[in-house]
Amino acid sequence: MDTAAGCTEPRAAAVNITVCVKRVPDTETRIRIADDRRGIVPDGVKYVLSPYDEFAIEAALQLVEEAGTGEVTLLSFGSGAATESLRSGLALGAHRAVLLKGEPTMDGWATARVLASELAGGDAGLVLFGVKAVDDDQQQVGPMVAELVGRPCATSVTAMEVGGGVVTCRRAVEGGQEVVEMDLPAVATLTKGKYEPRYASLRGIMMAKRKPMIEKEAPVVEPGLAVEALQYPPPRPDGRIVGEGVGAVGELVRLLREEAKVL
Amino acid sequence: MTKILAVAESKHGAVAGVSRETVTVARTLADSLGGTVEVAVSGAPGGELAEWGADRILRFDPGGEDAGGPDPFAAALSDHIRTHGCRAVVFAATATGRDLAPRVAARLGVSLLTDCTGVEVAGGALVTTRPVFAGKALARVRALASPALLSIRPNVFPPRTAPREGVRDELHAGAAGNRPGYRVVGFEASQGASLDVSEATIVVSGGRGMKGPENWHILADLRDAIGETAALGASRAVVDAGWRPHAEQVGQTGKTVTPKLYFAIAISGAIQHLAGMRTSGVVVAVNRDADAPIFGVADYGIVGDAFEVVPKLAEAIRGLRQG
Ligand SMILES: Cc1cc2nc3c(=O)[nH]c(=O)nc-3n(C[C@H](O)[C@H](O)[C@H](O)COP(=O)(O)OP(=O)(O)OC[C@H]3O[C@@H](n4cnc5c(N)ncnc54)[C@H](O)[C@@H]3O)c2cc1C
Ligand SMILES: Nc1ncnc2c1ncn2[C@@H]1O[C@H](COP(=O)(O)O)[C@@H](O)[C@H]1O
Repeated sequence: MDTAAGCTEPRAAAVNITVCVKRVPDTETRIRIADDRRGIVPDGVKYVLSPYDEFAIEAALQLVEEAGTGEVTLLSFGSGAATESLRSGLALGAHRAVLLKGEPTMDGWATARVLASELAGGDAGLVLFGVKAVDDDQQQVGPMVAELVGRPCATSVTAMEVGGGVVTCRRAVEGGQEVVEMDLPAVATLTKGKYEPRYASLRGIMMAKRKPMIEKEAPVVEPGLAVEALQYPPPRPDGRIVGEGVGAVGELVRLLREEAKVL
Repeated sequence: MTKILAVAESKHGAVAGVSRETVTVARTLADSLGGTVEVAVSGAPGGELAEWGADRILRFDPGGEDAGGPDPFAAALSDHIRTHGCRAVVFAATATGRDLAPRVAARLGVSLLTDCTGVEVAGGALVTTRPVFAGKALARVRALASPALLSIRPNVFPPRTAPREGVRDELHAGAAGNRPGYRVVGFEASQGASLDVSEATIVVSGGRGMKGPENWHILADLRDAIGETAALGASRAVVDAGWRPHAEQVGQTGKTVTPKLYFAIAISGAIQHLAGMRTSGVVVAVNRDADAPIFGVADYGIVGDAFEVVPKLAEAIRGLRQG
């Protein structure tokens, strides 16, 4: 299918969109470090789609709905269990899902190369990411993929509009919102803003079961870093209740000044 | 000679405060490896960074047809690193640094260690510590590739003076590397907020217990009493209710902050909120509920009504300033 980049009609924004999504431990989950200290014990951990990836899915769905044309593909690099997260994205309305089977590490550059191997030469006019995955919190995979596939990339995007072969993005930056225009095809990483993730409807969940789910082996890439060990953070020193109500304010200020020396 | 490159940031034509930390970390690495520190900066003279241990300042000024955005600097940096080589590159994990660093890493074809809270040289390799899983674990990560690229969490590494003599700015032409197809076309300033919550040294955060946006003047007054090093933050409950902008949200799906002093006012202390602030220096909690989990991480707590305690606190701090 033709992408908007090749369109001559300014209004017909037939953009296919690929959304890269990661399966991560639910933020409520208690983390237990494995005996080899290289990772966490997966048993008992509830996994979800990373919350920022949900903004990206919502943005993609709204853009194709507005255009009345175009399809949304979900792409994930992860273990077989990620199909479950991909299905939940299909239930929201995405058209198909691709799973690159493998074990992602903390190495965002490795993940970016794996994802780019699938995206290079694809027909997606837009490739969307979450601004960060909430497990490793690297904030890097989106712009790295953009460099690999040679496309412009706007990060921390809160709202988008597509038209005339161009995507206009609002970015959350220090002190305000920056407006950036990119020629399609382009890459964006999404943060909270215009796109409130929808809930899956019963119909959506039923339909998701019949949507295409393509599974392939992820290419093996050379690692650029090695996780030596995980450890629990040192506990914060025991705090104390200074007192109750306004009567405690004087003592608090004295402690902040004389003991903690922060005022 | 081993070279460590620190990437400084500019703000309104001056070097950003966080860059002292970046240069300090680069200096520490250079000292343990027996090397020199180069500082790259765009959009400001960087001379003052000699004070913090820079041996050489490289100024990359945007080229003539600059359309804004991070690409020109990313291109200039990666060209420079490729031609002149270096052992490690240190960025700050600020909004700007997080936008820039992955682009440089990808252009050089190396990995990037983001948001480090510890940096050391072990067995000749660069090893960093970084929080993962919302701060529920710390990972020690070794860089295998060269140069090693890393970004440091702001406010974690105290700047250390290490004055250098006779350091001059050297002007480098900006590489004409803006990726065609990326244009900055506008900017809308948000009202108030001049200092980003992730870069403030003192943060005053409010939660749902503040009852409504009309009460935020109470927190703004405490911030003003502290002065210009302070910024306002918020819990997600507050942001979801539309009382405050998302830019102020602290936590797993907001900003990560590491101020030297963090006030959690009428915030319960949910795990996702702690994810964003648990590496703060000193935490003060004000909450009506003595069993609120926030008291578990607070160094000092007051059990009481924020509407009564906070104005008194602002008053006492003002008194301190004037006295
Ligand atoms: C995926 C996910 C991501 C999340 N990300 C974040 C995030 O980034 N940041 C975040 O903050 N949360 C996040 N949350 C939400 C988090 O779980 C909590 O719901 C939220 O932090 C609660 O906000 P709160 O403490 O302001 O409100 P509440 O939990 O309602 O607490 C209000 C507190 O105010 C106190 N109070 C009430 N009145 C007064 C008074 N007059 N004086 C003093 N104290 C008073 C109460 O005792 C209570 O402790 C996330 C949740 C999920 C599921
Ligand atoms: N294993 C993965 N599979 C698919 N997308 C990913 C993966 N890891 C990261 N991403 C995408 O990259 C974004 C940023 O991740 P990170 O750089 O790890 O914080 C995520 O929000 C996803 O959109």
